Order: sequence, then C-alpha cells, then structure tokens
Amino acid sequence: MSETHAQTVAFVRDTMLAPEPPPVAESGAVKWLRENLFSGPVNTVLTLLGVAIIWFLVSHFWDWFAHSVWNASSLNECRQIIIETWGEGARGACFAVIRERWNQYMFGFYPSALYWRPTMAFGLMFVALAPVLFSESLKIRRTVLVVTAVVTLWAMVQLNAPGAWLVFAAIVLVGGLAISERHVSWLLIFSVLYPLLGVWFLWGGSLWGPIMVLVGPLLGWAAWTLVGRFSALLATVAAIVVTLLWWLMFASRAAADAEGLLSLAIPFVRSDQFGGFLLAITIGVAGIALSLPLGIILALARRSDMFLIKSMAVIFIEFIRGVPLIALLFVASLLLNYFLPPSTNFDIILRVIIMVTLFSAAYMAEVIRGGLAALPRGQYEAADALGLDYWKAQRLIVLPQALKISIPGIVSTFIGMFKDTTLVTFVGLYEPLKSMSDAVRANIAWKGIYWEPFIFVGFIFFIICFGMSRYSMYLERRLRRDHR
Amino acid sequence: MADVSAPAEPPFRLSMLIYDRRYRSMTFQVIVFILVMAAAWWLVNNTIRNLAVLGKDFNFGFLFQRAGYDIPQTPIPYTSDDTHLRATIVGLLNTLIVSILGCIAATVLGVAVGVARLSNNWLFARLMTVFVEAFRNMPLLLWILIIYAIFTEILPPPNAYRGEDATASMIFFDNVALTNRYTAIPTLAMTNDPGSLDLGARITFNWATIAFVVVLVGGWFVRRAILAWAQRVQDATGLRPRTWVMNLAVMTVPSLFLIFWFGLHLEAPELRGFNFTGGINVQNGLVALWLALTLYTAAFIAEIVRAGILAVSKGQTEAAFALGLRPRRTMKLVILPQALRVIIPPLISQYLNLTKNSSLAIAVGYMDLRGTLGGTTLNQTGRELEAIVLMMAIYWALSMIISAGMNIFNARVKLKER
Amino acid sequence: MRKTVFLGTVAAASMVAGIGMADTLADVKARGELNCGVNTGLAGFAAPDANGNWTGFDVAICKAVAAAVLGDPSKVKYVPTTGQTRFTALSSGEVDVLARNSTWTFSRDTDLRLDFVGVNYYDGQGFMVRKDLGVTSAKELEGATICIQTGTTTELNLADYFRANNMNYQPVNIDSNAEGEQQYMAGACDAYTTDASGLAATRAAFADPENHIILPEIISKEPLGPAVRHGDSNWGDIVRWTLYALIAAEEYGITSKNIEELAKSSQNPEVQRLLGTTDNLGAMIGLDAEWAKRAILASGNYGEIFAANIGEQTPIGLARGLNAQWTQGGLMYAMPFR
Repeated sequence: MSETHAQTVAFVRDTMLAPEPPPVAESGAVKWLRENLFSGPVNTVLTLLGVAIIWFLVSHFWDWFAHSVWNASSLNECRQIIIETWGEGARGACFAVIRERWNQYMFGFYPSALYWRPTMAFGLMFVALAPVLFSESLKIRRTVLVVTAVVTLWAMVQLNAPGAWLVFAAIVLVGGLAISERHVSWLLIFSVLYPLLGVWFLWGGSLWGPIMVLVGPLLGWAAWTLVGRFSALLATVAAIVVTLLWWLMFASRAAADAEGLLSLAIPFVRSDQFGGFLLAITIGVAGIALSLPLGIILALARRSDMFLIKSMAVIFIEFIRGVPLIALLFVASLLLNYFLPPSTNFDIILRVIIMVTLFSAAYMAEVIRGGLAALPRGQYEAADALGLDYWKAQRLIVLPQALKISIPGIVSTFIGMFKDTTLVTFVGLYEPLKSMSDAVRANIAWKGIYWEPFIFVGFIFFIICFGMSRYSMYLERRLRRDHR
Repeated sequence: MADVSAPAEPPFRLSMLIYDRRYRSMTFQVIVFILVMAAAWWLVNNTIRNLAVLGKDFNFGFLFQRAGYDIPQTPIPYTSDDTHLRATIVGLLNTLIVSILGCIAATVLGVAVGVARLSNNWLFARLMTVFVEAFRNMPLLLWILIIYAIFTEILPPPNAYRGEDATASMIFFDNVALTNRYTAIPTLAMTNDPGSLDLGARITFNWATIAFVVVLVGGWFVRRAILAWAQRVQDATGLRPRTWVMNLAVMTVPSLFLIFWFGLHLEAPELRGFNFTGGINVQNGLVALWLALTLYTAAFIAEIVRAGILAVSKGQTEAAFALGLRPRRTMKLVILPQALRVIIPPLISQYLNLTKNSSLAIAVGYMDLRGTLGGTTLNQTGRELEAIVLMMAIYWALSMIISAGMNIFNARVKLKER
Repeated sequence: MRKTVFLGTVAAASMVAGIGMADTLADVKARGELNCGVNTGLAGFAAPDANGNWTGFDVAICKAVAAAVLGDPSKVKYVPTTGQTRFTALSSGEVDVLARNSTWTFSRDTDLRLDFVGVNYYDGQGFMVRKDLGVTSAKELEGATICIQTGTTTELNLADYFRANNMNYQPVNIDSNAEGEQQYMAGACDAYTTDASGLAATRAAFADPENHIILPEIISKEPLGPAVRHGDSNWGDIVRWTLYALIAAEEYGITSKNIEELAKSSQNPEVQRLLGTTDNLGAMIGLDAEWAKRAILASGNYGEIFAANIGEQTPIGLARGLNAQWTQGGLMYAMPFR
C-alpha cells in the first residue's frame, strides 16, 4: 500500500526545514509581558496603575534622594551645598544629620568612651542565640557567627575598646564558632549565662551582682538534691524557697561583701543614659527573653484542667490583650509606684520592661496555646501511655513540638513588640523615632529637619524586622520538611 | 454469681493531699490561688497606704467637675464649661469614630491588596508585596508621624486659597478644600428642615436622619421579603422571577423622595476670616491617624486574606468547575465560605489591634479617649489612678464587645462540624 | 525607712534604693544623688546636649540644691518628665524636686498635694502670630486656629480667655514645644500660644524672627517655680531657701567670682549669715554652715543664672522685666536671712 502511495505523491521532502522561530507574541520578553502584564483588560489597567504609582513616586522623590548631602554641620549648610551643587531651587535630602548624630541615634547618652560595651553585648548575643535559633543548619550558623565575629571585633576596634576586652570578645566569638561546629548544644550554657553577662556589660557595676544572682538557682539546686532523697515535692518547694530567700535577703549583701574582697567592677552606667536604638533593643530583647517563659507558663495554665488556675490565666491574658500597650506604659510610669510599698522606687526602664513583658507574654501565651492545640491528640496520649508525669510529658514530648509549630507566631509577636518599643516616647524615654529626633531638632542647627530622621529610623527598623520575619519563614519551611 | 464488691475506700489521710493525684491538683490550685490573692492583697494594700501617705483618696467625683479645656473635634456638643465626664464621652466617641472608619477601610483595602498579591500581574503583585512588607515591618508610630507631617508640610494653609492670585484651589467642583489644618468638606443642608429630636444632655438627632434610617432599614426588610417570595416562586415553578428592578426601587425610591422632600443639598465650605466655615472641617489629626491605621492594618489583613485563600485547596475550585459553577459563583459558594473560616479569627484580632492602636492619637493631637480622660483630664485633676483605671476599663470593655460581636459572626460562618 | 527591692533579672545595677516619703533629706544624702525632674527639652530652661549634659535655667536650681545638700552640683540625676508625667513623678517619689517650669496654682498646691516653694520666673501667657496676618491684638483672633500644648495651664487659660471675650477658636493640640514650632512654621495654626518666655525663645530661634510678632496681650499670670512633695516641710524649706539664697546673693552683690573674698572680708551681717561666716543658719535646716555658699558657687547667683541661660546675651534673649530684683522694680524678693 505504502509503496503505491509513495509513487503517487508528486513531492517528497527529504531534508528537514529549520524550525521557525515562535511568533513574536509567544516568545521572549513579549510573551512574558503579555502573560504577566497584559493578559486581559483588567490586568492591563492594573499594570498601567502600577506604572503610574511608580512614576509618581520616582518623579516626586528621586531628585530629592539623588541630591543627598552627607557632610554638613547644620541644615542651613546642607541647603547651601545643595544650591551650590545643583543650582537654585534644587531640593535635596540632608542625611548629614544622621552622620553627625549617628552616635546619639545608636547609643543615646551612653558615655562615649564605653560605646564598645553595648556593641560587644550585641555581638555576643548572637553566640548565645546560635544554639537556639541557628541550630538547624550548620551553614547558616557558620555564616552568622563569622560575620558577627568580624563585625563585632571591627566595631570594637573602631570604638577604642580596651585590649583585654577585645581579647575576651575574640575568645568568646571564635570559641563559640569552634564549639558550634561540633557540639552546638554545649553553647546552651552560654545562652543561659548571657542574660546576666549582657546586663553586666550594659549597666556595668560589679560582676558580683550577676554572680550572686546566679548563686540563687545553684543553691536551690543543692537544696533540691539534698531534700530530694526524702520527698520530691518537698524538694521542689525547698528549691524555690531557698532561691527566693537568697535573692531577697542575702544576694545584694553578699555581692557587696565580695566586691569588698575582690573588686570586679567596671564603670557603672545609669539607665537614664540609655537612648536611641540601644534603648529600643535593650527593651525589645529583655522583653522577648522574659516573655517567652512567662508565655509558656500562661499557655499551659490556660490549657490546664484545674479550674482555678485556668480561670486566673484566662483573666490575666484577656485583660492584658484588651487594653492598649500605651495604657500599660502609663501604668508603668504613673501607677506602678502606687502598687509597691511606699518607700520603693525603681528605674523607669525596668518598669517599662516589666510592662512590655507582661504585654507580650499575654500574646505569646495565645500563640503557644495555638501550637499546643494543633498538636495531635495522640502525642498527649502516647506521653501518658509511657507513664510520664505532667512536667516530663510537657518537657520531653509536648513543648518541643508545640513550640516548633508556633515559631512563626512567636517571631511575629517579637516583631510586633520590637516595633512597639517606640511607644516608650510617651513616658519620656529617649527612643530613636520621636524623642531622639525631637532632641536633635531642639538644637538650632537641625531645627526643621523631619524626613531624614524618619527615613533613617524607619530603614533600621525595617532591616531588623524584615530580617526576623524572613528568618522565621525560612525556619518554618525547614521545620516542616523535618516533619515529613 | 459471686458478689464483686468494690475494695474498701482507704480512709482519708492528710498526706493524700500531696501524694494522691486526685487531691494533689486541688492542693496545688488552692496554694496558687492563695498566693495570687495574697499578691493582689499586697498590691491593693500598698496602694491604700501610698494614697494615705500622699493624702489622696480614690473617688470619681472629679468626673463631674468643670473640664475647662476645649476639644478640636466633638461629635456631640461640648464646650469648656462641660464636665470631665462629657469630655470623656467625647473622647470615647472620637476613639469609636476613628476605629470604625479604620476597620472598614482597612478591610476593604486589605482584601483588595491580599487578592492583588495573588494576581498573575507580575508588576502589580510585586508592588503590593512592597506595600505589605513596608507597612508590616516599620512601627505604626512612624507611619502616623510621617503621614501627619506630609499633611502639615505639603498641603497649603487656608489662606493660600484667598484672593485673586490664590496658590491653591478647591477640588471636586469647589466643594472640598485640603489644607494643612483640616479637610474642609461640604455639609448636608436642608431647605425644609424638619427639626430635631432632643434626647436631653444636648444630644439631638435630626428627624431627617431618623427618617432616612427608618426608610433604609424598612427597605432592607422589604427586599428580604421580595427575595423570599422569589425563592417560593422558584421552588413552586422552577422559574425565578426577576427581582433586581424591584429591589433597586425599594432601596432607592423612598430615599430619593426624602431627599426632595427635605430639599437636601450640599453646602460648600467657604473661606471666611482665618478659616473655612460653613462646611465640616475634618481635622488632619483624624485623617492622618485614620489613614495610617488603615494602611498599617490593611497590610496585615492582606496577609491574612492571602493565607486564607491559599488555604483552600485547588481541588475545591476544580470540583466546583466540574459541577458547572461559573467562576463568580465558585468564589461565592465554594472558596469564600471556606476561606472565611481561616480569615475571620485573625481578622478579629486585627480589629482589636486597630482599636487599641488608635490610642496613638496623642501623636497627632487627635483627642480620643486617651487624649481626654487619660491625657488632659488626668493631668488637670491629678487623678492618675482613677483616670487610668477607668480608661483601661473602657478599652477593655470595648475589646470585649468587639470580640464578642465578631465571635457571633464567626460562629455563623464556621464550618458546621458533625 | 529604706527598702531595697531586688529583682533577679536586672541585678543590682539598675536598682535605685527607695525614697522615704517622710525624710527626703536623709534619703538624698544616703543616696548621694538628687533626683531632679526637668523638662524633656526646652531650650534655655532644660535641655540635654549631644553628650547628655543638662543645662538651663531650671537645671541650675537642681544644681544649686545638690550643691547645698550634697556638696557637689554634679550629683544630680535628671529625670526628663513630660507635661503628663511630671506631677506623678514627684508625688510617687521618683524625683525629689520638680524644676520644670510649672505654674503655681491653687489646685496644684492643694489638690495635687504639691508644695511650690517659690517662684524662679514670673511669666505670662501670650500669643505669637505671623506679621503678614495683619493682627495686632489677641482680640482680633476670632475664628483663628491656635496651637496649644496639652496638659498645661495654658490650655485652660486659652479656653477661659476666648470664652470670656465671646470668641471662637479652633485648638490644635500638640504635645511638645518642638512640635508646636513645626506646626506654627508650616502655617497649620494662625497663632501659637504658650508662656511669653517660651514664645520669645521660639521666635529667637526662627530664621526670620522679624516676620513674627508677639501680641501685646498677656492673658494669664504664670508664676513658674520649683515644687516638692506636700508633707515634708524640712525638705521644702531647703529648696525654698536655696532659691532665696540665689536671689539674695544677687541682691547683695555676691557672685560666683567674688564669693570667696566676700566670705572672708564682708562686713555686712546679712552676707555673713548667708555665707555661714557668722551664725550657723544651715544647722536649722539640717545642713552645714556653708550650704548657701556652695549653692551660689554651683552656677552663680540668680542674676548670673538668668544671664547665662535665658538673658539678653543668649539666643533666647529675655529681658529681666518682672524678674528683676525688687530693688530694680521687679518682683524678685528674697525673704531675709535671719
């Protein structure tokens, strides 16, 4: 059949034609444009709208940005330079204010000779965080720690840190890096010690204070092991009582005595000298560190079978979540002194940290409660079947999984809290956004400068918060893979 | 059959309070409760002692004293001769105004942005992502200050509208003037004013307003009746009568009639003396705060909406198409009900956040509850304990009302589990 | 009565020992530091510089009290307070003295449980407007938009003034002087009202002061002075007489330059008593004999403090006016040191 057919065909192609290029509309940039920007009337309108928005922003702000002045000592000088360089009537940004007041924005009124201390504390924080936040991936951990070490040491050299402290920081940073290569969980010891160290670096004073604080739990542990032979419950009570007794009655005296014997003091810096991003980060980190454990306890209490415990947790959480943070800050600044014995009075920063902690702990509790609820019931039943008691079940089975599920929520609570640190301006603290910028503007040289400080402060906040949220998304993806 | 008798209950011993699991939780609860009560008692006792030391008392009598200060924007009549209580109510109403306006605008914008982020328009989706990330990652206070500063620094002062060579001109057919103090908008005026209903305490409602509310609510009920009738006809005959003409007529004709009856018209603001008069001057503080709250909350709502829509599996859409549903009905009947289940709970907390965040009004001089009761009143009377306690109680009650209302709505859209 | 609260988390470093309500002097001495409530930033009166050093007219009072009580004018912890938090900071014991240009009024002195110990600046509330508005009197401000700081007595005075004159106005509430300037400069308000001294300081800092005028009407009396807690009369006496010592020093011609010399050589019995050469007045208020001498040495006498911070040679450029000595026709009148 085929042969006869073959002979009837007048023309047979014996060479292949080169393939035609696809139609212009179906290839390359045009195809991409058509599919992504102009696929229909609605899309076309949206694209034009988008282009119009971008054009509006660029045409209004580009020349202002492009004509930035980074080196001047007053707003008038800035304007002078702009007019000289780009002609009469030119607009321009005066970022020179950031350059000149950089230290004030970063450290507030912290003594300039001691700038290296908060810098070091900030750098070491990443070592302390490594086993908690970066435990999932060796590569990320390595990158973070190397970058931290280099940047911290460079900054400390720039800020004229004393040699001994440079060596100390280098040892901790490099040591942390080395340990994290093999046994990242060993670094947890440093994570536990870091809060005390950080407080000491920031405020200074005698190292004996933090040491004596640390002695409390150690004594409690000793009491626990001693009494533990007789009764587990009594041991717990004894541990708590001993720790509290030590803290309330003996710790400050012991610290003073020890300081008398061997001085371990570095210059003391008062809280009212904190300001700028140092203040925001101090409040933020302290609030984060304290609100997480409190939030876990509240979440467990709210899910407890015990009626009284549960109701108290519900009342606390719902009360805190129902009022604005600014009202709680006013409680910190105006009312807290009413609630404490007539002769006590303590630091406004500490009071603010307490209130911020309570505030975010309530939100944290709800996030963690969500994580606890999302855990399959089988996990709880399995823990019971293994005969674990409540605390062991929570510690070994429930919480590790529930916390992992809650990571995105926890991080977004952190981000929210960090952003909310700007509200302390309303109780007279020098946070960077409003108070510090007002203080800068109170100087005649910088009177009338608005946009540049806003942009600068906003930019820093954006970097920190965006970084945190991206990292949490990464972590979320990674943890999900582990579950599969 | 042998009698299986329960083993005798062991006699109760004190040590069982600790070792018996049944009693232990009881013991634990009682101990914790006593500790918490002791702490509360300690705080209250301290407060009483502190008040005694300072020679102050705890009473709300100050609420009935003359306030003595003026408020820029008052939804109900208020002068400096009124009491602190009335100033507090004005503040509360101002809080409610900005919160309600904010919630509505943020929901609309948030849903639009959330959908736009899923759009297959490359440019627009990217733009929306930038918007969302910018607002989510910078403090709200920054946005409030920036937007307020834009209003004050860029918009013209009212006297720029003056004279022959005015540098600024009104928009919307000379009806609206944007100035760096306020937005002057026209007021609704009537040639045939029916007078007002006096509720006492100088709170009045114009009869025309009441008439419009009655007509609109009535129209809505009539519309429901029409729809029910259409459903009955459809059930009986299989043919659904065309209802939209009737619905439209029911909703609009009475209102139009009222508009003509009362001679309702717009009265444009006019520059007289220092300021625009004759219209309504909406303070920039309110506009800036509202705009900032809207944009900020919309960024969060957009994320919630996006997550909600993505949470509905693609199979649902495909199944709906397979059933022959058109895209709009698929959205309405299949995707939305399921997405709403995911969207509503976080949406409630966004509304709560917005209400609470409105207390940042202090930064733009908008006198909300925090500005009146928790600000000037507190400061002029020196009653910080009473003022803050009352302010927190009001905010808390507001939050509870919002979340209760939204929870009812949530219960209605929730998937009925069997 | 002292107590120390110890909280484990933030260790001893950030703790401040308590303040007794009854004996402020003993507490200040025990603490070795005076807690002084000041403005968060008002040029000339109290403002921190880039290094956090506080200077100003009100700050000088803090320094003088610290010098008198503790012997060192630098032993002061400045607590910046807002208009909202200032009186609570005082009554809660957070500060020992409030030197924050606060007006002495009846209700503050009685109901708020403060004790104003004297007046260090006699002020009055005025209005500033742009010249091109063509306004020459506050009576012409009918319908104007006026910038006003919330939480101050000026807010109440303004309401009263316009009510009394049967005029309308639109208030724009602001919460700091810096913000008020911004709003006024941008034209968001027609007039800015605050204490006349503040207006002068604000106007002086403008690039074009000649285009702004301060209207002639002074609508209120604003006696500004330091305040202490009600109920500790001895502490009140110390602050009051420290202030009087500064004022008296100017009257008797004692300056920070000639004080050492006068302490040795002056024959004027009043000067001798003031500087502790004869009679130990200090012992009567629980201080030593040379308390007033140290207070004056801290930043000079009243006239020197005025000249250095807000006087005509400074950018603020205020004339003495009512604040001149009574011998010069002013109201500054120190009670006799006897």
